[in-house]
Amino acid sequence: MALDDIYKEVILDHYKSPRNKREVPGAELTCSKNNPLCGDEITVFVHEEDGKLVEVGFLGQGCSISQSSASMMTEAVSGATREEAGEMIGRIRGMMAGEVEPDEDAFGELVALKGVVKYPVRIKCAVLPWDVLQEALAGKGEAEGSAAH
Amino acid sequence: MAVTEQRSAGLDVARLRADFPILERTVNGRPLVYLDSAATSQKPRQVIDAEADFYANHNANAHRGLYQLAEEATELYEAARGDLARFIGAPAPETIVFTRGTTESTNLVAHAWARRFLTEGDEILLTDMEHHSNIVPWQLAARDTGATLHYIPLTDDGLLDLSDLGSLLTERTKLLAVTGMSNSLGTLPPLRQLTEAAHAIGALVLVDGAQLVPHVPVDVVALDVDFLTISGHKMLGPTASGGLYGKAEHLEAMDAFLGGGHMIEEVFHDHSTWNAVPYKFEAGTMNIAQEVGLGAAIDYLEALGMDAVRAHEEEITAYAIGRLTEAGARVFGPTDTSIRGGAVSFWYRDVHPHDLATILNEEGVAIRAGHHCNQLVMRRFGVPATARASFYVYNTNDEVDALVEALAKAGDMFDG
Repeated sequence: MALDDIYKEVILDHYKSPRNKREVPGAELTCSKNNPLCGDEITVFVHEEDGKLVEVGFLGQGCSISQSSASMMTEAVSGATREEAGEMIGRIRGMMAGEVEPDEDAFGELVALKGVVKYPVRIKCAVLPWDVLQEALAGKGEAEGSAAH
Repeated sequence: MAVTEQRSAGLDVARLRADFPILERTVNGRPLVYLDSAATSQKPRQVIDAEADFYANHNANAHRGLYQLAEEATELYEAARGDLARFIGAPAPETIVFTRGTTESTNLVAHAWARRFLTEGDEILLTDMEHHSNIVPWQLAARDTGATLHYIPLTDDGLLDLSDLGSLLTERTKLLAVTGMSNSLGTLPPLRQLTEAAHAIGALVLVDGAQLVPHVPVDVVALDVDFLTISGHKMLGPTASGGLYGKAEHLEAMDAFLGGGHMIEEVFHDHSTWNAVPYKFEAGTMNIAQEVGLGAAIDYLEALGMDAVRAHEEEITAYAIGRLTEAGARVFGPTDTSIRGGAVSFWYRDVHPHDLATILNEEGVAIRAGHHCNQLVMRRFGVPATARASFYVYNTNDEVDALVEALAKAGDMFDG
């Protein structure tokens, strides 16, 4: 497989120019998590209005996979209901577990993450932001280090 | 990549590479460039054959049966103990306990020595460049005994900062546990100086030999260490081979470690008596075939000559540090190869080490990326992780060139 499979332009684009990389003022939901295995860190901020995630931002540092995944995630779930966000989290986990074949309609740019599946140790990097979002929605706040083995 | 005629200080690298079957394979259509020997070394045919020969022709439990096969197995197993003792200059084979490597060896001392002899207020001195396997066993022992842990800090160059050693070694210090060679910085601490200072205040010294023993000629008597831990799989041997050297008086005084068969002399309802050293520490069926394989690895290294092994490592490490620095990488640890080994950690053009490792893999180049079980070092130098290339007898300058070329590709991808 060519390099492009994993480092598609999409991933590099989101890594170099992350979307919504900011603290969201007045965010009701926030959660931080890191992966001590590689030092990836993600904090997610969610501002809800009328049952929708109207503004989603993140801060963090780490490899291109974790940071681009976070960037794409903020775009993908902005405007979604909690239920829709939950479904998206499930679909991403399914894709990264190799159980769900992604289709462009449902996944959009997130399809780019599929190339990571062939690097098992890096699946964690791709899933980390989604774990953080899920815990933010569950109101768990800090969950430092829990992404470790 | 063609291996050029590399003769480095007595090692005929091109020729010895032919002994390593795995070096013939490709990864992603490219010749494998294996630069992760600090994690585990590759194995020469001689070691693979020795282990297979044991199973094919001599397999029986050691120190058990009264028939010929059992005697052969015992003989081969004990011959490997003699090989390991000779390899590190140990005074007698009985000072070598077989274990499955440095981690188990350190835990053995933390249980059978530290938990037996340490009490509330005693101190264990470690360093900020220790592998987690030379930290965590002491944390557990300290928790159980009331001892406290103290650390020798590092200089910006990745050396031990010994300016305050006098106050770190106190009359309460019972043990100094220090690496023989850092697995992330490559640093070779001044073991002789440390041993003298520790002994002067009555503390024992354990040296973590995981990286030291495979790469540098070692004489435990000259170094006067009390314990040396040895990892077989990092020195061309099979996984789960290895051992612990201990001065006879300590091994005698220590408690048993794991309880079980063969480590006892007599078993009664309420107590048991222990077998002689080293068998007192070898409970149950050991990694017999693996230790026999380790014996073959030692034969192999001795035939190369450890002085030549070390000279080759200094040469390729100097070349790698030069090329990496030229390419704009920040290399961690000392640059003077007389005080460092061939584990070279670096940070390259702000590309995350995990991204580097993945992209390098596409070029067939295997490096390590992460914290290398050295989170204290990562914190000290303010990086979440590093990339690390590490070298052994089979590595060539051409492979260093392949590394640098692959890095440039990765860098361009992220900068471009």
